[in-house]
Amino acid sequence: MADTQTGIGAAVRRKEDARFITGAGRYTDDIDQAGQAYAVFLRSPHARATIGGIDRAAALQVSGVAAVYTGADLVADGIGDLPCGWLVKSKDGSDMIQPPHPPLAVDRVNYVGEPYGVVIADTLQAARDGAEAVVTDFNELPAVVDVATADQADQIHEPVPNNQCYDWELGDSAATDAAFAAADHVASLDIVNNRLIPNAMEPRAAVGDYDAASGVYTLYTTSQNPHLERLVLAAFVQVAPESRLRVVSPDVGGGFGSKIFVYAEETAVIWAAGKLRRPIKWRAERSESFLADAHGRDHVTKAELALSADGTFLGLRVNTIANMGAYLSTFASSVPTYLYGTLMAGQYKTPAIHVGVRALFTNTAPVDAYRGAGRPEATYVVERLVETAARELSMDPSEIRRRNFIQPDDFPYETPVALTYDTGDYEASLDKALQHADYQGFSARRAASEANGNRRGIGFSSYIEACGLAPSQVALSLGAGVGLFESAEVRVNVTGSVTVITGSHSHGQGHETTFAQVVSDQLGISIDDVEVVHGDTGRSDYGLGTYGSRSIAVGGSALTRATEKIVAKGKKIVAHNFETTDDNIDFEDGVFSERESNRSMTFAEVAFASYVPANFPLDELEPGLSEKAFYDPGNFTYPAGTHVCEVEIDGETGVPTIMAFVAVDDFGHVINPMIVEGQVHGGLCQGIGQALLEHGVYDEAGQLVTGSYMDYCMPRADDVPSFTVDTTVTPCTHNPLGVKGCGEAGAIGATAAVMNAVTDALGVKSLAMPATSETIWKALGSAG
Amino acid sequence: MEVTLSVNGTSHTLDVPDNALLVEVLRERLGLTGTHVGCDTSQCGACVVHMDGRAVKSCTVLAGQADGADVTTIEGIGTADELHPMQEAFRECHALQCGFCTPGMIMAAIDLVQTNGNLDEQAVRDGLEGNLCRCTGYHNIVRAVLAARDNM
Repeated sequence: MADTQTGIGAAVRRKEDARFITGAGRYTDDIDQAGQAYAVFLRSPHARATIGGIDRAAALQVSGVAAVYTGADLVADGIGDLPCGWLVKSKDGSDMIQPPHPPLAVDRVNYVGEPYGVVIADTLQAARDGAEAVVTDFNELPAVVDVATADQADQIHEPVPNNQCYDWELGDSAATDAAFAAADHVASLDIVNNRLIPNAMEPRAAVGDYDAASGVYTLYTTSQNPHLERLVLAAFVQVAPESRLRVVSPDVGGGFGSKIFVYAEETAVIWAAGKLRRPIKWRAERSESFLADAHGRDHVTKAELALSADGTFLGLRVNTIANMGAYLSTFASSVPTYLYGTLMAGQYKTPAIHVGVRALFTNTAPVDAYRGAGRPEATYVVERLVETAARELSMDPSEIRRRNFIQPDDFPYETPVALTYDTGDYEASLDKALQHADYQGFSARRAASEANGNRRGIGFSSYIEACGLAPSQVALSLGAGVGLFESAEVRVNVTGSVTVITGSHSHGQGHETTFAQVVSDQLGISIDDVEVVHGDTGRSDYGLGTYGSRSIAVGGSALTRATEKIVAKGKKIVAHNFETTDDNIDFEDGVFSERESNRSMTFAEVAFASYVPANFPLDELEPGLSEKAFYDPGNFTYPAGTHVCEVEIDGETGVPTIMAFVAVDDFGHVINPMIVEGQVHGGLCQGIGQALLEHGVYDEAGQLVTGSYMDYCMPRADDVPSFTVDTTVTPCTHNPLGVKGCGEAGAIGATAAVMNAVTDALGVKSLAMPATSETIWKALGSAG
Repeated sequence: MEVTLSVNGTSHTLDVPDNALLVEVLRERLGLTGTHVGCDTSQCGACVVHMDGRAVKSCTVLAGQADGADVTTIEGIGTADELHPMQEAFRECHALQCGFCTPGMIMAAIDLVQTNGNLDEQAVRDGLEGNLCRCTGYHNIVRAVLAARDNM
C-alpha cells in the first residue's frame, strides 16, 4: 500500500532517531575490542623541518608501551603513499605534479600536526606518556605559508618547482578577451575565500583488528565511503588485498567532506594491528582534528565581469590561486578545477568565460573538499561580482540577475565551461525568494534601522551547483581515478520484509528513512518492513559513498533500478502462477494482478513463492527474490536557487545580526521535505559561518593559530537566525526519481548572500571574510 | 581513589585514577557510550550529563568530584518505548542529523527548560550557546526545545 504518510514526498520522522536520542548510537569510538591497544600519533611541531633522527628508546621503556613506529617502518614494510585520486592536467598538457605523501612522514615534515610516528600502548595514558618520551631531532626550515606568494618561496617538495601542482584553465580565452574589449563596463573584485576547518562534531577515529586465523583485517573508521577507503588501502597503500580487508563505517558523526579522504591515522592503525596482532584504537583529540583533518576553501582570486550598459553579461574572467596545503589529499586536485571552474556560468547566459587556476603547495594542512567543494567558491566569485556590477550600474540586484538568467526554454543549456544544464527555472526561485523576503518592504526597514543609528543591508545569491557526482566516463576522461556510479541491492526476505543494501553512506543525512521511503513506495510495502544497511564492505558489494550531494540522485537511482528488477521478476512469477504472460500482469500498491481478471497475488505471497518454489518457473527463473543494480548517472544534476539575506549592523559596535534569511531551492522532486529542510538549515549555518565567523589562520611560522574551539569561531545557536526555507520544482530530466540532491546547497548559496548584505549595509564594495564585528566596525569607521 | 556514585539510579563503587574524568568513567567503566567526547576544551557540550539535577560537562568534572553524586545520562532519561518529552520533541522536530551532539544537546536542553520559567526563542539560543551542532544549523533544535517546554 503506497502510503501517503510514509511514501515519496512525506515528512516521515526518521527511523534512525530512536537510537540517537536514547544514546544507543554506535560510533567508532564506542567500539572496543578485547585486548585492544591504544595509538597516539607523533606530530610535527614545525611547519617545515627535516628529521635528523627519532630516538624511541625512552618511549619503549614506558610501562605499557608496546611499540613505537615511524614512517621508515611503514616504508620498510612496503606500505605505499596516500594517493590523490584525480589527475588534473595543466594547460600545457602536462600532468599535475604529485609530491610523495607517505602516511607517516619519513625524513621531512611539511605542516604542523603532520604525523611522523605512532606510539602504541596498553592504555591511552601509557601511549601519551610514550609519545612524550620520544625525542625527535628536527632541523627547522623557513615555512611557506602565504599562498599568494608561494610560487616565489622556498621549494617545499623536491619534484615540484615553484611549489606549483598545476596551472589549469577552462573556457575560451580569446573570446573572453574580445568580450572585455567590447564591454561598456567591467566590474572587478579581488577575493580571498577564507580557509575553513570542517569540524564534524565526531572527531575522526579508527579501530583496527587483524584476525591471524583468517588473515582478515577489519577496520572500523569514520569514513563517508568505506569502499573507497578499502580500495585505497588495498590497491595503493597495500595493507592487504580487498578480499582480506573489511572496512566498516558505523554511525558517523558528520563528515562535510572531511571524512571522504584516506588519512594517515587509519592507515597506520590497520597496518600496526597486523604487525602487533592485536586490535588498536585511535580517536582524534579535537586539537588533532584542527591540525590534521583536511581543511577547506582557501583561494585567492581576481575576477572580472564584462557587461553592456544595460547590464547584459558579456564575459567573465577569473584567475585563482588555490592552496593545496602541504600534500595532495584524496580529491584535492579536483576541487578548484572541475568542481569550481565548471560552475562559473552560474545561472546566467554569460557567453564567454575563461578561468585559470594555479594550485600551489604551502606548509599548511592539506586542503580538500569541504561541504560544497569548489562550488561555494565559484558561487562566491560569481554572485559577489554580479552584485558589484549591479551597484556600479545602479541596477536592482534582482533585476540584473533576471536579465541574464538562462530561461526555461533554453534547456538543455550548454555553458561555456563544459557543463550541460538539464533543467531549471531560475526566475521562479528568485520570485519566490523575493516574496518571502518581503523585498518590497526592505527600504522601509532600512530607514527604520538608520533612524536608530544602525545599518541595514540586503544581499542575494542565485547559485547553481553540479551534483549527483558523477557520470563515470565524463569524470574518468577528466582525470578521475574511480568510477562514480552507485550500487544498490534489494533483498526481499522470505516473508516479505526487505533488506536494502546501499553503497551510499549516511552520516546524518537520514538514508535509513529516505531510502526506505523510496523502496516502500515502489514496492507498496510498509516502511516498517524496509531496513537499510550501509557502511560495511562486508555486507555490500561495492559503493562510492556519500559526498557531492550524490546519495539520492545516484544511490537512489540505483535503488530504483533494483526495485524495478524485483517487480519485473515478480511479474514473471505471478504470470507463471496464473498461466499467463508477464506483460499481462500489473503491479500497483504492493499487489500483482492479472489484467482483466480478479486474480492477484500480494508482494508477500510472491516473496514466499520465490523462496518456496512449489509453483515456480524454475526452468526459466532462478529461485529467490534479490536484485542488485549499479547506476551510472547520465549527467550531473543541477540544483539551483536564490538565497536572500537581510542583515542589521549595530552602528556603534559593528555587530552584525541576520534579521532574516530566505532560501528557495530547486532540488527537483523531494523524497522527505523535513529532511531536505534540515539539510538546507545546516548548510546555511555553515555558509553563514564562513561569511561572519570562521577562519583557519596560520601565523608566519606556519603555526595554526585557530587550533581549538576557543580560537576558531564555530557558529553557535545565538549566532544564527531561524531560516525561511522553501522549494520550487523542476524535476531532473535524466534520473528515474527526478531528484537533484540537497546536501550542499545551503553552504554554496549562503556565503555570498551574507556578504552581499553586509557590504550593502556598509556601502562598501568588498570586505574580507569572515566579516567579524571587528572587521565591520573598522569598515564602519572608514565608510563614514 | 574509590568513588561511589549513582548513575541512572544504580549505585556504583569504583576504583579510579585520581585524574579520571567523569566522562571516562561513564564511557569506559560503565559502558554508557551515549555520552560523547567532541572536543578537548570544554566547548562543544557533547558530553553534558546531569549531576544532582544540573547540567555539567562531564569532560570537565573529575570522577572524584562526582563522589556521592546522582548522575543521569542520556541513557537514563527515557527508553525507546517511553521517551522523555525532550527526546520526543527532538525526533518530532527533526532536531538531529548525525546524532553526535544530540545526547549532550538534549541533556543541556532539559536543564534549560527546568531552570527557566520564560523560555522564548532567544533564551533558548542563548541557553544552548555551550553546545555545538554542525549539522542542523540549530533551527530545528530551537523548535524542539520550545515544543518540549510546553510538554515538560
